[in-house]
Amino acid sequence: MSEQLPFEKPIIELRNKISELKTFTREKDIDLSDEIKKLEVRLEQLEEDIYGNMTAWDRVQLARHSKRPTTLDYIEHLFTNFMELHGDRFYGDDAAIVGGIAKFEGEPVTVIGHQRGKGTKDNLKRNFGMPHPEGFRKALRLMKQAEKFNRPVICFIDTKGAYPGKSAEERGQSEAIAKNLIEMAGLRVPIVCIVIGEGGSGGALALGVGDRICMLENSTYSVISPEGAAALLWKDAGQAKRAAETMKITAPDLKELELIDEMIPEIRGGAHRNLEAQSGYIRQTLKSALLELNKIDRNDLVEKRYEKFNKIGEFDDENGLIAKE
Amino acid sequence: MRLLWGETVIRDLFTKKKKYATIPSEQAKQEVPEGLMTKCPQCKSIIYFKELKKTLLVCDHCEYHHRLSSTERIEMTLDEGSFQEFDKNMVAKDPLNFPDYKEKSALDRKNTGLNEAVVTGSGTISGMEVIIGVMDPRFRMGSMGSVVGEKMCRAIKIAADERKPFIMFAASGGARMQEGVFSLMQMAKTSTALNLLHEKGILFISIMTHPTTGGVSASFASLGDINLAEPKALIGFAGRRIIEQTIRQKLPDDFQTSEFLLDHGQLDQVVPRKNMKSTLTNILEIHQTS
Ligand SMILES: [Zn+2]
Repeated sequence: MSEQLPFEKPIIELRNKISELKTFTREKDIDLSDEIKKLEVRLEQLEEDIYGNMTAWDRVQLARHSKRPTTLDYIEHLFTNFMELHGDRFYGDDAAIVGGIAKFEGEPVTVIGHQRGKGTKDNLKRNFGMPHPEGFRKALRLMKQAEKFNRPVICFIDTKGAYPGKSAEERGQSEAIAKNLIEMAGLRVPIVCIVIGEGGSGGALALGVGDRICMLENSTYSVISPEGAAALLWKDAGQAKRAAETMKITAPDLKELELIDEMIPEIRGGAHRNLEAQSGYIRQTLKSALLELNKIDRNDLVEKRYEKFNKIGEFDDENGLIAKE
Repeated sequence: MRLLWGETVIRDLFTKKKKYATIPSEQAKQEVPEGLMTKCPQCKSIIYFKELKKTLLVCDHCEYHHRLSSTERIEMTLDEGSFQEFDKNMVAKDPLNFPDYKEKSALDRKNTGLNEAVVTGSGTISGMEVIIGVMDPRFRMGSMGSVVGEKMCRAIKIAADERKPFIMFAASGGARMQEGVFSLMQMAKTSTALNLLHEKGILFISIMTHPTTGGVSASFASLGDINLAEPKALIGFAGRRIIEQTIRQKLPDDFQTSEFLLDHGQLDQVVPRKNMKSTLTNILEIHQTS
């Protein structure tokens, strides 16, 4: 994927034009500053228009952007003293999930996240961020370790999904995911989950049972990819754009449906445009979440987590078929 | 990379093996004349439906386990007349305003006489009290949406409060796509509820029947203190076709069957239908607290 996305084309064109005029001014010694100023005002408006009115599909593209910051990028900018811890102690070390111990604002934490690769070689090593069971089991090992030492767990979610492969099934992909769900439910330390890119179905949820669920503005969370949904609904993966709207998978949509706690604003044009500033936004969210959660008694925390998930669902309790008969 | 997950799995499956014997609904069954015959999809034997019922809908010749409705499963599992249903009027909403979802749910309600893909309630097995949930694959392919999650969680809460064992028969293609992230979150919701039983030391027996895949396999169905399965059930996370596309290999025939899972250490036992009630009785007896 190139760095520019299709919906950004008018902005890029205008930006290029402005820089051409600037070069022209310099080289030919002609004063075009009025013209340039006008165009810059127009650019500002255009950016506001385009980035302020993104479709679900635009956001999907940003969530998948090859330059989009990954878990390790945020770890570098948000934490100190990070030490990566490897392996699930059963089978292997899955590079599609990274985790370790660190300090956040001076306090010890455990941090875990899906890790997409950067470039082909890294992507192969990290299996494009799609974990095998050993990845989920490593995550769980680190969470239990965090519980023992009473430090909060921070999870970054960024995966197309759990790896659909033969070896993954043989080693119990379903069990590994399910186990994380129930163990996270009972973990007696605060858990903050932040979707930073794609939150693809069960493989995302396996790091997602937390006390706070946050999403970056241009990230997605879904039960099935837009392409997969389109193939099922309209027998045409090309209708992914339409499926992305229908499925309500963007941060603004999910905030409105009250399925997430917080939407973290993004740098205009996407997190990759300014990692430092974006990390600053995430830091604010993490700080206030941990401040609140650290005040809660560890047993109450588990009870509140149960209540939080127990109320998710839309149903009608009165009007069943049998009642009507 | 496209992840076909949830309903796809079951859709694949049903198009491949369309020759399931039709299990008539309760009303329809009473109207079926004596002597109606059915053909076994596996060995092609022609069997009287009445005879098939005597063997718990398992083929006498080849042990093929026919698909069961939730009603039939409850009849076979619980002591006669002991079942008390919970929340039977709960029906799905359409939180995403998803194309055709309301209509399809209504059609399934009409065709199956069920309000949703799970039936929950209380009853006894060999005199021992249990809370039970049984999924019905005829309703939206047994997929898990908000109603399945809510009914299960209410049943689990009762099991926790009354300190009764919880038994769940899974039969599902996974999460219900038409409810989007609401359905994904039912995986977390049911698992979080099961943690109540875990913390109170209450028994949960999970029985996986054909098929148990996607988000159901990757949540409550895999979380039993004891995990059982019926013979030759399809159990797995990802669909066969998507795995074959991903790894560019053909998978062995027994891939993702109950027997395959047993071989790979994922199940406690594969239990033929005729032994299910006695197996459950034994487990319950061992877990009785005085
Ligand atoms: Zn047969």
